[in-house]
This record gives sequence, structure tokens and C-alpha cells, in this order.
Amino acid sequence: MTMIQALRSGLDVMMGRDDNVVVYGEDVGYFGGVFRVTEGLQAKYGKTRCFDAPISESGIVGTAIGMAAYGLKPVVEIQFADYVYPATDQIVSEAARLRHRSAGDFSAPMVIRMPCGGGIYGGQTHSQSPEAFFTHVCGLRTVMPSNPYDAKGLLIASIECEDPVIFLEPKRLYNGPFDGHHDKPVVPWSRHELGKVPEGYFRVPLDKAAVFRPGSAVTVLTYGTMVWVSEAAARETGVDAEIIDLRSIWPLDLETIVDSVKKTGRCVVVHEATRTSGFGAELAALVQEHCFFHLEAPIERVTGWDTPYPHAQEWAYFPGPSRVGEALKRAVEA
Amino acid sequence: MTPHTALRLHVPEPTGRPGCSTDFSYLSISPAGAVRKPPIDTAPADTADLATSLVRVLDDDGKACGPWAPAIHPERLRRGLRAMMKTRIFDARMLLAQRQKKLSFYMQCLGEEAIAVAHSMALQDGDMCFPTYRQQGLLLARDDISMVEMICQLMSNQRDPIKGRQLPVMYSYKRAGFFSISGNLATQVPQAVGWAMASAIKGDTKIASAWIGDGSTAESDFHTALTFAHVYRAPVIINVVNNQWAISTFQAIAGGEGTTFAQRGVGVGIASLRVDGNDFLAVYAASQWAAERARSNCGPTLIEWETYRAGPHSTSDDPSKYRPADDWQRFPLGDPIERLKKHLIAIGEWSEARHEAAQKELEAEVIAAQKEAERHGSLLDGRVPSAATMFDDVYKDMPEHLRRQRQQLGV
Repeated sequence: MTMIQALRSGLDVMMGRDDNVVVYGEDVGYFGGVFRVTEGLQAKYGKTRCFDAPISESGIVGTAIGMAAYGLKPVVEIQFADYVYPATDQIVSEAARLRHRSAGDFSAPMVIRMPCGGGIYGGQTHSQSPEAFFTHVCGLRTVMPSNPYDAKGLLIASIECEDPVIFLEPKRLYNGPFDGHHDKPVVPWSRHELGKVPEGYFRVPLDKAAVFRPGSAVTVLTYGTMVWVSEAAARETGVDAEIIDLRSIWPLDLETIVDSVKKTGRCVVVHEATRTSGFGAELAALVQEHCFFHLEAPIERVTGWDTPYPHAQEWAYFPGPSRVGEALKRAVEA
Repeated sequence: MTPHTALRLHVPEPTGRPGCSTDFSYLSISPAGAVRKPPIDTAPADTADLATSLVRVLDDDGKACGPWAPAIHPERLRRGLRAMMKTRIFDARMLLAQRQKKLSFYMQCLGEEAIAVAHSMALQDGDMCFPTYRQQGLLLARDDISMVEMICQLMSNQRDPIKGRQLPVMYSYKRAGFFSISGNLATQVPQAVGWAMASAIKGDTKIASAWIGDGSTAESDFHTALTFAHVYRAPVIINVVNNQWAISTFQAIAGGEGTTFAQRGVGVGIASLRVDGNDFLAVYAASQWAAERARSNCGPTLIEWETYRAGPHSTSDDPSKYRPADDWQRFPLGDPIERLKKHLIAIGEWSEARHEAAQKELEAEVIAAQKEAERHGSLLDGRVPSAATMFDDVYKDMPEHLRRQRQQLGV
């Protein structure tokens, strides 16, 4: 399966298992979504289970909170993560806080799916990685898969989760893994081990990172597209990096991170999002707090620049394998 | 080419400021009984006249007039009157408690008691209200919600059901169909629409009731909610309580000048009514009409309740700085309690003596509830829920980082 098919399969499985799962968003119903993630679901489950929504992010999230409070399990889509901001009040002030402010009287178990990330010439408003906006909000879970297998398993786990989940999907990975070599043809998921996805129900647990590539020289903390970029950088530099795919960005799997950094003594954080106050800052702080006496070198961060995401300068902006590779070398040589 | 004069920015002003009188002629007021009552399956576009006129039942003599006069047993009316009186006494007592620093903050609904109380009597068990902070009447009209517990919330004490996490007045009572109140304005309106959509998705028969003030209609979520309610024909009542004021801001600044809030509903294809919010019988009848409409799959209704915020916005507010001190006395729709009292006396179902007795009884009830609540502590004596509980309910299960932070606090 591609990541798109895996996500669709995850929705299909959950809609089949649980009558309370409803799926909606802009162009999600009849048309099946601008990225085809919801294709066929309306035909299979009917218009009251999968339907089109008005172009209103706060309306989509706000109504989903009400549905969740009623007892449904809404899985709503924001067409691009870049367009989630109109729903910020509903996400931050309402979905995230409802359980706490009512002492459990009400809660909002729901999933907000949104395609994110760059590397597709998406320009300013089709490339952003807003995860740090959400990891800063207490009460939310923020999740990002890097491959079809995890995409389906994490989506199912997110739908079953009793907390509101921000589910970020790197659209650059929808059809195949991407290591940052934009001048080479994309290899489809069908030619990759992680494109083998079981048809039925299975879950990938939240709060569990995956050691994507075991290594001993340096720990790379990353997620989404940058998992593949980091892997290419390790391969091309020959640095024996241990690449950790966080999968659940927050709350995260601190134990796996700390075990790895204590072993390697070095750490590079990689994400597409802009640098300042990005999630990498939290990762660097956590590593510093928990692994200070094991660190042999300063923690490196390879991130997007502190600029809006450009169109023509895409590959100068996107932290590709050469930038990550240089950081790996700096970390092991320090 | 025509020469143009310089453009001027229009900034609406209330006619009445401190030291002068408000000219209430801006309120379009229909005589009691004059406005028609359409069938519940009326087309939204056909309610345009109802969005500019004013549904009223009680005339100046306390007589019930016209097609909206509800068939309601005097015993129910007495219950409604009692609930309104209880709400007002509760408010007065809590205001005093705030002044004595027993609570940090309070908000009265003085003058608006009829809307929440009569509306709640027109709903059924299982329906869900999504209130603002000024619908305490929805709770105080119920016998199954303990006033003691409500005061414990106001005091954030050891028996506060929401564990001291929220400001006073931000109640949450799922079992009473009262959604958790948020400080962020208007957010609950699309949520109410979503709750109603869920009820429709599941083929249920429950309906939702959304609440918003005149000022908050300017929030984007109001527009959002109307659109979704219309698109999906959600079984929801959208209540706009127009009390003329948003803190210090006159309703004209919210967009009320030369128009009504009910007209917004018609504009998006929602059946809409504009109703005398101080007329208990009109509130009950209009609420019943809208509830029946929603429950019969005829779609949403928007109701603008015309009323007046008689008290300060909150205990942190001094209205004498921005409006005339005697404004409420001059408000043409009067006092909801006085008007229902007059009606009940006129039909021989109430008397001054019974009113006085009820007043005394309720005062004693509220004082006793306050005393009982104070036994469980207050902000004043620091007997509040344990700091350890502040880490609970952020998530369904406490994640590791919150466990660590709780340990760091040493609780």
C-alpha cells in the first residue's frame, strides 16, 4: 500500500468496526479527498458516516468536538496543515481542555488529520510543519507517521485513543519514501518493505518511538520525511547514526531517546519546521536534562530556516541529506 | 466627474451615557399578541417578518394574549416563577459572598432569568444545552442539581465537582444537559451544532440548544455555527441573548444598528424568531416551538431574546462608567419576575402574600446552601482541592511527563 492507501485502509477498518466513527472535511465525501485518502468511504458507509463539509476549519473542528462530546468518534480532515489556524481556538481552548476543565464530565476524543510538510514545491501555504504549535498545548497528542505501515497502525491507535489527536501526514511521503534527493525519481512504496501493510485491524502504539536505523556513533531524533533524509545522510557520510523515528511527537517516548543518547553520547535533531521554538528545541532540552553527563558533543539541530517556506528556493530551504550529513560529521568529530 | 466629500468612519454610540437617558426607541416592539405563530415546518425564508417583529404574550395588565399564549398549567408557571426568584436570590447572595472575598469572581443574570428558566422547562431530559456564563437559570430551574454543589464550584473548595480548575460560574453538568462552560466566547455554538448533528447521525431524538450573547455574535464561530446548522439541518436551537450590552459595548457595536440578530438567521436560511426575553410565557412558547421543530426534523431555529443586562457585567465591572444608572427602570420590557407575578395574580393563581412567603423561603434555602458549602472550605481559608489533582484529566491516562512534574511539586 501507499501511505494514502494505508490511511484509507485504517479509516475503512475503523468505520467498519465502530459505528461511531464519522469522517468529514472539505472535499472528503463524494470526491474522496484532494489526496484520495477518503476515496470510496462515502459509497461504502453512506453520507451520514463520510461527508463533505463547508470550507470552515473552525466549523469542522468545533462540530467535531460537539460530536465527540455526544459520543461519536469524529476523524476530521484539514485539507492542509497550513490551513489549521482558523481552528486554533477550537483545538487549543476547547478540544485540548475539555476533559480537564470539566474534571472528566466531558471529553473530546477525536482525530484531526492534516497533510503537512514540504518538498513538493508547495510554497508558503502548502508546505508548513506546524507541529510545535500543537506540542505546546497541554491535552493534545501529536502524531506523525513516516511510512504506510505506521500510518495505518498509528491512525487506528489514534482513533481508538480517548484523547484528541493531531495526526500529521507528510504529503511528500504519500506515494513513496523521499530522502531529499529531488533530482532522482521517487521509488514507490510497492518496492519497499514498509509498504507491506496488513489489510485488517492492527495498531502501532502511541508514545512509542521506532529505532529506524540502529547505530552507535550518534543519535538522530527525527520524524516524518526527515527520517528518510536522515537515513540517506547516514548512508552517504558513512556515519553510523542511530535514527529514531519519534512517531508520537508529544507525548513522546523519552526512554528510547535517552537510552540511545546515553549509548552514543551525541545527538542531532532534524525537522522540516522552522528552527526557533520549533519542536527540536524541546528535544534538545530534554536530551540535555536527561543525558548531560553522557554527552560528548553539543546537540545539533538541522531544521528549516526561520523564514516562510519559499517556492523557488525549495531545495535551499528543505534540510536535505547534505545538510544533515554535515551535522552528523560535526557531531561525531566534535 | 462628481466631486466627493471626504469619507467618514461611522462608529456607533448608545444614546444613553452616564448622566443622561437612553432612548429605547431603537428597539422595535410589537404589542402583546400581535405577532403570528407559524406552523413548525415553516420555510426559513417565510420567517423574515418574525425576525424583525417581537413575539410577546403578556400585555401591560399581565394578561396572556394572542397565538403564542401557551397552554401551560398554573402549577408549571408557579414553578417557573419560583425558579426565577431562586436564580435572582442566588445571584444576589453570591454577589455578596464575592464582596466578602469568599469567592474570587461572580456573574449575575439579573433581568435575564426568564430566558434560561422558561427555556429549560421547554426542553426534555437528554437534550443538551451549550450555555454561556449567564444561563445559571438552566441549572437553578432543576430540582436535581444541588445548590450546595454549585456554590462549592463557586468557592473552588474541596467539594467543587470540577476540582478548582475553573473560574467561578464555569459549571459543568452533563447529567443535567449543561455543557462545560468555556471562557472563550462563541466556541460552544458550533459544538452545539455538532452535538445536534451527532444526534441526527445516530437517529436519536435528542436536540441541542446553543447559547450566545449579542456581543459574541461578532465572533467567527457564530457565523460558522449558523452555516453548519443550515447546511446539515441540525436539530439545534441557537439562542442569541440580546441584553443590549457586551461589558461596556452597546449592541450597536456588535452589529445591531438598524438590524436585528434574528435577521442573521434568515439570511443563512434558518427559521428565526425575535422574542420578548422578559416575557416568561413568550420564552416558554417560542422555546417549545423551536424544540418541536428541531425534534420533528424540520431543522434549526435561531431565537433572538430581547432583554436587558440589569446588573454589572461581572463583579469586576462598574456599569456606571458607561451607561445611565437608571437604565433598567426605563427599559420598555420591564422585569421578567414582576411580569409573571402580575400574570399569576391576575389569573388568581398567586398573591402578594404567597410571593413574599416564597421569597423568604428561597432566601433561607440559599443561605442554608451557602453555609453548607462553606463547611467544605473556600479560597478564603485555603481549603481547596489538592494540587496533586491538577495533573489529572489533562489526558485520559496521566503521561510520564505529568507524573514527573507532579513528583517535582512534591504532592
